Amino acid sequence: MSCCGSQVGLVALLPDARAAGEELLLASHIVADGVRQTDLSVPAIHCGACIRTIEKTLGGLAGVESARVNLSTRRVAVRWRADRAPPPLIATLEQAGFQAHVFDFEPDSKDGARSELVRALAVAGFAASNIMLLSVSVWAGAEAETRNLFHWLSAIIALPALAYSGRVFFRSAWQAVRHGRTNMDVPISLGVLLAFGMSFYETMVHGPHAYFDAAISLLFVLLVGRTLDHMVRERARLAVKGLAQLSARGAFVLQEDGTQHYLPTNEIQAGMTILLAAGERVPVDATVTRGASEMDVSLVSGEHAPVPVAAGSVLRAGTLNLTGPLTITATATSGDSFLGEMVRMMEAAEQGRSGYRRIADRAASLYAPAVHLTALITFVGWLIATADVHHAMTTAIAVLIITCPCALGLAVPMVQVVAARRLFDAGVMVKDGGALERLAEADTVVFDKTGTLTAAVPRLVGSCDASRETTAIAAGLASHSRHPYSRALVAVGAGLPAPHIAFDEISEHPGYGLEARSGAVVYRLGRPDWALAGTADAGSMSGNETVVLAKDGSRLSDFRFEDRLRAGAATAVAELKDMGFRVQVISGDREIAVRPIAAELDVPYLAAALPGDKTAHIAALDASGRKVLMVGDGLNDAPALAAAHASMAPASAADVGRNAADMVFLHESLTAVPLAISIARSAGRLVRQNLALATAYNVIAVPVAILGHVTPLVAAVAMSGSSILVVANALRLESRRRTAPGAAGVAQLPTKAAMEAAE
Amino acid sequence: MKDYFYLIPIALGLGLSALAAFMWSLKTRQYDDLEGAAVRILEEEDVPIRTKSER
Repeated sequence: MSCCGSQVGLVALLPDARAAGEELLLASHIVADGVRQTDLSVPAIHCGACIRTIEKTLGGLAGVESARVNLSTRRVAVRWRADRAPPPLIATLEQAGFQAHVFDFEPDSKDGARSELVRALAVAGFAASNIMLLSVSVWAGAEAETRNLFHWLSAIIALPALAYSGRVFFRSAWQAVRHGRTNMDVPISLGVLLAFGMSFYETMVHGPHAYFDAAISLLFVLLVGRTLDHMVRERARLAVKGLAQLSARGAFVLQEDGTQHYLPTNEIQAGMTILLAAGERVPVDATVTRGASEMDVSLVSGEHAPVPVAAGSVLRAGTLNLTGPLTITATATSGDSFLGEMVRMMEAAEQGRSGYRRIADRAASLYAPAVHLTALITFVGWLIATADVHHAMTTAIAVLIITCPCALGLAVPMVQVVAARRLFDAGVMVKDGGALERLAEADTVVFDKTGTLTAAVPRLVGSCDASRETTAIAAGLASHSRHPYSRALVAVGAGLPAPHIAFDEISEHPGYGLEARSGAVVYRLGRPDWALAGTADAGSMSGNETVVLAKDGSRLSDFRFEDRLRAGAATAVAELKDMGFRVQVISGDREIAVRPIAAELDVPYLAAALPGDKTAHIAALDASGRKVLMVGDGLNDAPALAAAHASMAPASAADVGRNAADMVFLHESLTAVPLAISIARSAGRLVRQNLALATAYNVIAVPVAILGHVTPLVAAVAMSGSSILVVANALRLESRRRTAPGAAGVAQLPTKAAMEAAE
Repeated sequence: MKDYFYLIPIALGLGLSALAAFMWSLKTRQYDDLEGAAVRILEEEDVPIRTKSER
């Protein structure tokens, strides 16, 4: 049985194996003496059989020490001996039926925050349960002697736990206070520390009330919220990072002595000569010195039709070389390239957004002063009324403990964790909780065209006098090219019987098309004027979106291609309009390409927009009081993504765009956009409900505390009660899960198809 | 009072050993791939382990 692994048809079209090896070396790191480790992202892993297949296949390669699959993260860690050439890991996996790409290594510091939180949580959990155990017997009415012993024991357990687990909050609170700000961690830290301090004093003077259990269980509950929050964000970040890298990691540079060296992109200098094979991305801005080819510029400028280039043409970093090998000369370093320019524009645009403050922080800025003021008034009030400093102090601290923002600290992250989880299941990665809040506020949606509204993959829309036979011939020819039109033809021809023609010799003429010989007959598939050269038909047809299949110069059939709308685009736009959104399209593509798409969706559009125009448009909308959600994928969208109030990018987006966006959706369908908005909105509602619950709790509890009726038992019950209430309320988001049409189904489709194909 | 002398250290000792066990499992990366661990249980190695040394 083999449920995974499908045959890979286009093995001939793999990128240069030599470059792949060099790339592997660049992205690996030394783990032991003479051993290097490379992390590969393999999204198709989904079962035990996959694990076995991959580990066996890779483990059998020469030079590989070990291969270990991580099913949760869909990654493979491969260790190989550094004294040899890098093993062909990606090509091997590809043959086994798994698409793989190199996962950038980053030092283990990324795990640091998470494992610190989990360890802090474990220590706090241990301390809280043991102190609670001792406290219960105290509450049950232990004798004074036993009570004192138990208080001392609690103090001994609480002190190290506070020092170890409390650091997370103390650090952040100290940072805030030092910069003259206040956040949620300030009242938390103050409450916990004062509760501990007072309890310790009570223990020393053998007093009846110690709040060790309150202090530590508060810490525990808040750490649960913090850890969950962190894990969701980490998961989204890793998932986004695991997507294929779409910018060049490096390139082969021709040295003066004629040798070739693989240099990382940031070491390429202006004036260097680079050899760019078909299928590779341009690493830095450059001009072509030799060769001819076609470039896919959709990620960079938004134009969807491939652009032919020849000697003298200017190339922008990030464009993809489609058909022929090129020799190019770098004209800028990576920092000065188009990519670097976009990053700078993005940083400038982000300045505008940094003004946004999360709901929890806004609540904290009101909450913390109010709480501290109440505690102070309680202290002064009791001091005047009874002239008893100790009693006044105890009561004031009880107020601080009871108002300690358990509900606030747990309520907001809890809702966002549940919401992010639901979005994750629907294939939408949320970078942080603030993004959900901003998304819920959006009232205008601006779409990019190429690659966002459209799939950036042309589709065969029509063909005249094409029979099954001629389509099969065309598809057979096209399978030898990586041109997008060829790929579309191959897709169409996949279900047809193979033609009875054996091609003897196939050559690709960059900018023109494919030529094949079968005996004495010459087939041509490509631009009309080239395929029909020398016949009366030549020149009668124009438009670079038409491809002709010709036999010895006479037309067999022609095929027309069009930019295809992404699945669910029409539904998504209609749904957004129903929800009251203003929807717009802004594109870098020519007007003639944008107009039909915009007309089909019935939305206003802006064509031929430069990256700066897009940002300016967003800023103008922003200035007129609209909150913009930008959905885009290209390099040219990155500044606009950063400038918008909230932003989403498809998984196929350029690396920079994916990093700039708040959310990344993995599935093809655009219905992810309205789905994300509706989840963000219901999450926003629940957050407000939780804040209201927390306030209501305080309205009841604070007067009781001010009057001095809060014993440790009352504090423990009230705090756990309010925490359980807000958590239960947050979980309502999960239970309201409606069967999201399409979203979940699409997730399963590729795997199912692969399974059926294999069986 | 004498009972406490035995019982409390035992209670705390049990709690501490559980904490230590958790920390150890965390450190040995046993939580890194929970999904994978669930699947690997069912994995049957086709080749007996001994054959390698016999060869």
